[in-house]
Amino acid sequence: MKHIQTLNTRDMAKSLQNGGCGECQTSCQSACKTSCGIANQPCEKK
Amino acid sequence: MIHQYKLNGYNIVLDVYSGSVHAVDELAYDAIALLDAGDDRETAAQKLAAKYAGHPEVTDQDIQDCFDDIQELKEAGKLFSQDIYADHAFDFKGRSNVVKALCLHVAHTCNLNCEYCFAAQGKFHGESGLMSFETGKRALDFLIENSGTRRNLEVDFFGGEPLMNFEVCKQLVAYARSIEKEKGKNFRFTLTTNGIGITDEVIQWANKECYNVVLSLDGRKEVNDRFRKDLAGNGSYDRIVPKFQKLVKARGGKGYYMRGTFTHYNTDFTNDLFHMADDLGFSELSMEPVVSKAGSPEALTDADLPVLFDQYELLAKDMLRREKAGKPITFYHYILDLAHGPCIYKRISGCGSGTEYMAVTPWGDLYPCHQFVGDPAYKLGDIWNGVTNTALRDEFKLCNVYARPDCKDCWARLYCAGGCAANALHATGDIHGIYEYGCKVFRKRIECAVMIQVAKNLDPELAGTAPAPAAQDEDCESCGINC
Repeated sequence: MKHIQTLNTRDMAKSLQNGGCGECQTSCQSACKTSCGIANQPCEKK
Repeated sequence: MIHQYKLNGYNIVLDVYSGSVHAVDELAYDAIALLDAGDDRETAAQKLAAKYAGHPEVTDQDIQDCFDDIQELKEAGKLFSQDIYADHAFDFKGRSNVVKALCLHVAHTCNLNCEYCFAAQGKFHGESGLMSFETGKRALDFLIENSGTRRNLEVDFFGGEPLMNFEVCKQLVAYARSIEKEKGKNFRFTLTTNGIGITDEVIQWANKECYNVVLSLDGRKEVNDRFRKDLAGNGSYDRIVPKFQKLVKARGGKGYYMRGTFTHYNTDFTNDLFHMADDLGFSELSMEPVVSKAGSPEALTDADLPVLFDQYELLAKDMLRREKAGKPITFYHYILDLAHGPCIYKRISGCGSGTEYMAVTPWGDLYPCHQFVGDPAYKLGDIWNGVTNTALRDEFKLCNVYARPDCKDCWARLYCAGGCAANALHATGDIHGIYEYGCKVFRKRIECAVMIQVAKNLDPELAGTAPAPAAQDEDCESCGINC
């Protein structure tokens, strides 16, 4: 595409069908303890 | 839902529900904005032709090509995608009661007396006390018993200052290691410490046993020592920094964070991060806005916000500079793996407090998280009898991004999962509310984090620093949220 460059991102709709194993880290267990962010938690599926 | 913004020379378009990120030229940026505002293609094309009339490099064909690109992405589900997740969020009440993470308050006491401490100098507005091994052991058994098929179990030694009860920490890890294999579990321990109690033995233990260590340091000496004082009122910087450096040096690449808090007194917090990186040699950094009552001198103000936004931008740009120089640093809130990040269930189910994540007091009481400890209205039960306040647990189960009316129109909703329930409670009196100040900061951080990823993908000097594309079969075929 000439006008738009699309980054590689995880397909959210597809993860609706097949995601949700629950093995990823609980957000507050890592560093923050006073806020919530889940986007920086890595998926545990390899 | 579309969110578009300009930062560091990039025109960035986020398609919220697909999670797609696009870097676009000026023409596409304007075209997407017009379509998002409700114009049809023809009307939008006319407006663009008028706007770019003085730009011979933008032809009518360019405009049509641009709309063709947009249409192609729309058909691929990567632009103007729809919200198809709401029904799943409301299914969560029926979800299993799996617990997979505990914040163990092994010490409700502290050897520092930090004036901004949300935990009221470690006592959480109650009595001081240390967790016994028997109580901690029962907490680990409670976790295993309630963890279902989850393999990775997280336990954070927290306080107060957990190293004031180091012997129990050691005994608990030894107990967990003795049973995890037979139980089919993998314990991941985190130590959160102010550093005062770090010894060579602690370093050896933490670096062998702890998946992550969180080391509290606010940055520059004068900044750290403004709040992080001992009981006699002396600053802690000179005592803790050499210990932190020794621990990190011996850590051998295992995970850690230097975790600071910034307040109204140091809104130039990037200088604290850069001090930790450049003067002290730390590379894994986290810095949180203070959680404080409005009106207290250290509380962040509305007037601080533009300053904070500039600081976050400055940090993002400087991190790219460091990446190019071959000396990257990590900032916790800028970690964003677009290709392999969390699935949609993680993004809509909230932080897990009160459901899969709970805090345990030194006496074995269960609370939704560490920030609710000490508030009797939020006691869930205890580690011997389990969760007895099931109505409260159900309330937390449903406390996700779709349960918060204020999140409805927010583009960042799938990056924060609805935010922190404790912050919401303290700001609005309701866990379903939002802490708007924190939301503003959060949105800025995500804009910066996405910009960094765009730069890593587009800047030739940063080639090779972006994560690899997602594999086609990444999403497990056999897993479901109730597993």
